[in-house]
Parts: sequence; structure tokens; C-alpha cells
Amino acid sequence: MHILDSVDAAQLRTDIPEFRAGDTLKVNVKVVEGNRSRVQAFQGIVIARRNGGVRETFTIRKISFGVGVERTFPVNSPVIESIEVVSRGDVRRAKLYYLRKLRGKAARIKEKRDFGPKA
Amino acid sequence: MTAQNDRPVKAVLGTKLGMTQVWDESGRVVPVTVVRVGANVVTQIRSIENDGYTAVQLATGQIDPRKVTKPLKGHFEKAGVTPRRHLVEVRTSDAAEYALGQEINAEAFEAGAKVDVVGTTKGKGFAGVMKRHGFAGVSASHGAHRNHRKPGSIGGASTPGRVFRGQRMAGRMGNERQTTQNLTVFAVDAEKGLLLVKGAVPGPKGGVVLVRSAVKGA
Repeated sequence: MHILDSVDAAQLRTDIPEFRAGDTLKVNVKVVEGNRSRVQAFQGIVIARRNGGVRETFTIRKISFGVGVERTFPVNSPVIESIEVVSRGDVRRAKLYYLRKLRGKAARIKEKRDFGPKA
Repeated sequence: MTAQNDRPVKAVLGTKLGMTQVWDESGRVVPVTVVRVGANVVTQIRSIENDGYTAVQLATGQIDPRKVTKPLKGHFEKAGVTPRRHLVEVRTSDAAEYALGQEINAEAFEAGAKVDVVGTTKGKGFAGVMKRHGFAGVSASHGAHRNHRKPGSIGGASTPGRVFRGQRMAGRMGNERQTTQNLTVFAVDAEKGLLLVKGAVPGPKGGVVLVRSAVKGA
């Protein structure tokens, strides 16, 4: 797909912070209701980040009123107003699908402690 | 003359570069095929007086001058252009408005226009009936033995005593001309000579395609 890189380049966003699976994100989503739009936050744990380039997506999981809710966003989607990284998680996998089977205390993720300069 | 040829048609030859996705203004993902349209030149104009119908002949692409036959060379010289690789004739009612040697590029179309795209589909080689005609095949179990992808019965026995003509069977698949109708032009990049067509277009990447105004509907 290298031939189309120039077409894709125009679609890519540069204002997305670095994040990976295990991080807790606050995604501010533009919601259009009728003819006015507002921003709604969706906060949760990133459980997957897949594909690359213009097709890259990430999945966020949160527990809402006792029910697990997952939303998948394209990383470069214009629907995303902004992304805030709330905390970094210390995980050993790229896909955290095991969290779906866990509840409460077991579903917690250790926070990453950084010692020394970040690579 | 039929009504089909009574309308003005815009057309360009291009190369399919591949597919990608873009976002529209409402934030939805749109799958698009990128078609590169180089300079197209008009090499011949058909008129009622000379030919009995109206059409324009377009040419595009580079070709090694040694590969051009003498008759073709003369044909291009008549239009006052250098020889090109691909030639196509498009019937249109407004052929008289074109001039020999006139250049046509991606700007012939604008975003939102409905187009038909003609191309040559990918060759699949010798394909069985399941792939070629969408037959259901034979059960995976229930006593089926080594015939899972076979067509099953192809007709009666001594009556009619032959297989009917046109019976769908295995054979060569693909590598044939196909027209995909009513696609929408999503965007035109005149600077790079690119057309972004919503949806899929026949043929492999690098295949030559003809983009022309849609035959059906508005």
C-alpha cells in the first residue's frame, strides 16, 4: 500500500498522544444531536490497539453501572475531539481480552512506575 | 440512433492504484479506490458525416516508440500527438466539442459525480463451480465421500441423453471485462491527477480502467 501513502497522509492526525494497551484514556467524542454537537467523554482502559496507518483502531473498555462497555475508535477519526492519557498501565500483553472475564478488584491494572528517563 | 448514445459522456482512462479509506464531513469512514489519471489525449473524433455515429477516441500511457506499428504511428501523427499505450473509444453526443490532440485529465469529473468504471477483472485460473458460480457443493458429512466441492448432477439420463447447452461447470474464471455501475466520485485531486471513487473497482492494482459518466440514473 506504499503507493497510497500520500493519499493516506492527509487523513492522519498528529495530535494523538502516545498510548498502548493497559493505559487508561479519556476520549472526548464529538456527538451530534440534531443540528448541535457536543463533546462526550468516554473513559476506560485500552484493551487493544490494532492495524496500522490510516486503518489503526483501539478498543476501550469500561464498567458502566455494573455492565462492561467496549467502544472501538479509529485512531485518526475526526469524531475524536481529543485524547487524554489518564494513567499508564503496567501490562505484559498487547491485547487485554482477559479483562472481560474479570470483575472488580481482579480487573485492576497496575500503574506503571517510571524510573529514570523514558526511552 | 438509440437514446443510450444521445447523451454527453465524460470519460478518462486511468490506472487503479488500490483501495484505502477516508473520512467524510460527518466523520464516517468511506472506502475508496484511488485511480490515477494521467494526461489523456483525443486522437480521433467520430462524426455522423464520416462514421455514422459520434464518439471520441482517447489515448493515454507511455509506449516504446519502436513498438508502435507504422499504421498506428500514422494514426497518432494525424492527431498530432506522440504514440500512447492505451486507446479507447467513447460514444458521446457532444463529440464535436472536442478537438484533436486536446488533453483531458482528472478534472473532467467533480466530487459527487456518478460514474461507471470499466476494467478487466483479476484472473482466477481454472476455478471449480463453487468459486465460479457460487454452487453450494456437497455436504461435509451424511455419507458424502470425496465430493464436497463437486457440482452434483448435471442433468437427466437417457432423456434427454445429453447435457444441456449452457450448463454451468468448472472453467476459466476472471480476466474479463466488467463494468461497475453507479459509483460516486468522492474527491478529485487535480494536482496529483487522482480520482477517489467510492467503493471497489474491477481489476488488480495497476490495471487500466475507464472511468465514464454513469449510464443509469442521476
